[in-house]
Amino acid sequence: MDADIIIIGAGVVGAALAYGIAKKGHKVIVLDGKDRDLRAARANFGLVWVQGKGSDTPAYTELTLQSSDLWPTFRQELAEAAGSRVDYSRRGGLAFCLSEADYQAREALLERTHNRQRQAYTEMLGRHALERMLPAVTLGNAVVGASYCELDGHTNPLQLYAALLAAVSTLGSQVRFRTPVTAIKPMSGGFEVDTLQGGVRARRVIVAAGLATPGLTDPLGLVVPLYAERGQILVTERLAPMLPLPASGLRQTSEGTMMIGATNEKAFDTGVTIQSAIKLAHRAQRIIPALGSVRLVRQWSGLRVLSPDKAPIYAESTRHAGLFAAVCHSGVTLAAAHAAIVGPAMAEGQLPQNLAAFSNGRFDVQKCA
Amino acid sequence: MFKSVLEGSAAAPDMMVMVNGVETPAWNGETVASILLRVPNVGRTSPVSGKPRLPYCQMGVCFDCLAVVDGIASTQGCLVAVRPGMRIDIQRGPREIAR
Repeated sequence: MDADIIIIGAGVVGAALAYGIAKKGHKVIVLDGKDRDLRAARANFGLVWVQGKGSDTPAYTELTLQSSDLWPTFRQELAEAAGSRVDYSRRGGLAFCLSEADYQAREALLERTHNRQRQAYTEMLGRHALERMLPAVTLGNAVVGASYCELDGHTNPLQLYAALLAAVSTLGSQVRFRTPVTAIKPMSGGFEVDTLQGGVRARRVIVAAGLATPGLTDPLGLVVPLYAERGQILVTERLAPMLPLPASGLRQTSEGTMMIGATNEKAFDTGVTIQSAIKLAHRAQRIIPALGSVRLVRQWSGLRVLSPDKAPIYAESTRHAGLFAAVCHSGVTLAAAHAAIVGPAMAEGQLPQNLAAFSNGRFDVQKCA
Repeated sequence: MFKSVLEGSAAAPDMMVMVNGVETPAWNGETVASILLRVPNVGRTSPVSGKPRLPYCQMGVCFDCLAVVDGIASTQGCLVAVRPGMRIDIQRGPREIAR
């Protein structure tokens, strides 16, 4: 065997799993694809977000809460292990409502989620409360209010990603870039993973290859239903600090740039469009009109990795024990849980009962008339 | 600092610009970045590290030539040609936008 565990995919999900597993003393080899493969990990907005997550899937809400609470320690330990900076702050987060209807819909969504929550941690704020919270900002007339969640935070997703990759190496495991996997072959006592650079063997395999996951797991009977959704993001020049806490779709980074996001589009390439730039810039300006004079410096897009109910999939093959899939949309928010809970559990070959709700089996229901 | 090849030559300056409040000769076709490279103490400071910076890429990518041009902060100096009477001031820290 070349390693205890092979992880296919060195995105933010695979890297967080690898970091958590390597920390437990296992030897991991992470196999990454080609430079031009889809890379959601490099397109991320950077929220560590709780509010509204899993409004229809209570287990997802629970896992998100858990990860959000693990984040401060996770961040500190990771920055030390990697020897690099990972910007992070947790002063709560906002979701702006730009009409009465918007405000009421948001309130209804949160009430629905609240019914099942351990405690109420999200509240609706009217315009005046919002103005007190954001003294350096003059809000646009359209802003009716916002929902506010005290547990929300944000990070620099590229620093997070770089730190995870660095920490994996520091802990004695290995990331092999430009090593695309062609097939996973079960063998006695484990698996042989074929790559363009030859075979690699380990007792267990975790496929965390985002949208490329089904192509590797489906042939072995581990069916992982996923779809892609494109999100476009704008970033502005650096500005003096004005937004003390992040909002859904608008956050100021610690360097001062303003990130504006993100669209939800049915598209399967990572291109950008003028229509989406206009839509995003227009919404940001309705929230903070002064942003109208600010220069944009970059626009990009990425493809979200979504399951049919938008919650993560953590699954083990029923046919081939030791073959796992780990795919989700919220790789940044869930990074702490992936490192502390999901990765170590997969490395031990046993998904705990509280992750059973994330099995791919949940989609195997007969369609009724 | 750099010196313009036209400085001290027979080519008389085409215009005067105000650099940090001081009248400075300039020539047609010159960019604001060129001024930053030949006049002391106009280069910006980084809003992240606070360290001094000077124009680098000369093609609109690196943002190290930012200056306050005619009152507008964060102007990319390498993308703007000088005009008679133009005011160029040092930019310290990030741009403040109007409330």
